[in-house]
Amino acid sequence: MEKQTFFSALDPEIVQRVTSRRDALRTAGKIGAGIALASVPAAFGFFARDAFGRSLPNDVTKVLTFALTLEYLEFEYYNTGVNTPGLIPGPAQTVYTGIRNHEMAHVRLLEAALGLEEDEAKPEFNFSALGPDPFADYGFFLALSQGFEDTGVRAYKGQAGVLLPTPDVLSTALKIHSVEARHASIVRRLRGQDGWIPFDNTDVPALAAVYAGEANTTHLGVDALTVSTKSAEATTEAYDEPLTMEEVLAIAGPFIVGS
Amino acid sequence: MANVTNPSGSSHEGHPQPRQTDRRSFFKWIGAGLGTAAFVSGCDLVTEYGDLPFPFDTGSEDAVTLDFSNDFGVVNYAFALEQLEAAFYVRAFATPFDGITDEERRVLRDLRNHEVIHREFYRLGIPALGGTAIPTLRFDFSAIDFSSRDSVLETARVFEDLGVAAYNGAGPLLNDPEILLVAGKIVSVEARHAAAIRDLIDPLSAFSIGEDGDVELDPADPGAAGRDVIDENGLDRAFDPPTVLAAASAFILNPITTTGL
Repeated sequence: MEKQTFFSALDPEIVQRVTSRRDALRTAGKIGAGIALASVPAAFGFFARDAFGRSLPNDVTKVLTFALTLEYLEFEYYNTGVNTPGLIPGPAQTVYTGIRNHEMAHVRLLEAALGLEEDEAKPEFNFSALGPDPFADYGFFLALSQGFEDTGVRAYKGQAGVLLPTPDVLSTALKIHSVEARHASIVRRLRGQDGWIPFDNTDVPALAAVYAGEANTTHLGVDALTVSTKSAEATTEAYDEPLTMEEVLAIAGPFIVGS
Repeated sequence: MANVTNPSGSSHEGHPQPRQTDRRSFFKWIGAGLGTAAFVSGCDLVTEYGDLPFPFDTGSEDAVTLDFSNDFGVVNYAFALEQLEAAFYVRAFATPFDGITDEERRVLRDLRNHEVIHREFYRLGIPALGGTAIPTLRFDFSAIDFSSRDSVLETARVFEDLGVAAYNGAGPLLNDPEILLVAGKIVSVEARHAAAIRDLIDPLSAFSIGEDGDVELDPADPGAAGRDVIDENGLDRAFDPPTVLAAASAFILNPITTTGL
């Protein structure tokens, strides 16, 4: 039932409710506190358009709701991690606190864009869904962190095309996407790996779905293996691949136990 | 740690690393160094020297026009930036800075490989899609001290952060979702590079994840000098093409004109 509960976050009725609630909250001037309010309209230009009676397309609302769910998951994971005494050693605590802060900012930004109150759409999570408790096992905490970040990069990438008709939203999504990629690189390096993904490699079998398809080398009909004499490994590293919303939900679903 | 790649094995230890005084003397030096290096590490380094345009820099200094009213203009813009990055890393790897570590060498090698792959993808892909690719550009790296770790890594950081902002700014200019997807596949790798370079400069710090507690983001100076790239909403930067090209023009000898914006 976990997955069903999770999918309900993307139920069309909920998306519709989110959309109308956004309008209502906007009218009431109740856009989420705690973030830089002035920059929200700049980040999501559709606020200005809403003033003229136009609303966000449903498929765009769906993408933002999807993104918000992933950001809630990442925020909750890191917030729990940095607040677990003895889990994260010295210098890595600086990195994870910074990443936590970024995810918090993404959550509040997306909530504001969707007209939600703080934590209004936040699900409940179970981060031990794969077996080990990441908050009692730093090695697994790192591994799962890498899985979440590499998934996040692929998730945003997979939705970019949907956002093409709304360039302001696309711009903001791209600016989140590259931050997630920065996170992924630093987290991979914390684990002694390169910041980029060779082939579809993972040293954590339970996270294989996170890397499925990453070894693709054909882009726009051109096989990148043929354009240079560089190795296949380097060629797969040079491109990150997208995941569909369904593929991402299948990865994230087990960690989400209720809303 | 099964995914850690092995260094190529090429070694430049003990290799002379003179500073470039001018283009002519540098080419004279590298011409002499080529034989020595090939002797030291076999054919691997010869392959590296196949990474045009350095040292066989055949690019022209002809003026280039980028028309952003169609997707090929955007893609050629990306091609120009990938040429710049690739040329920089080809040289940075071939003439390693003083005291370079194995880890730093491996990162520079990987970044060089990725950027060359991106560059060659555009060079072949643009005509394959029916467009006309801009020519090979010519670069001036005389402002960079390739023997200096600080100079090389800081330049790499500027190029990677700028590349991320360039792709982020260019994405909404595109019309074709398939081209947008490929741009997305590349920009996240550039962001991975940026984080890795930042992590070499200041390991496991706020700086390594795109912030700099000592330097405020200056909206009046959004160019290459910005070290604090993540804003209070957790967002990376996005620059329009003229902003990016103004920053890059310090290294590109070709005059570049933009239209259709």
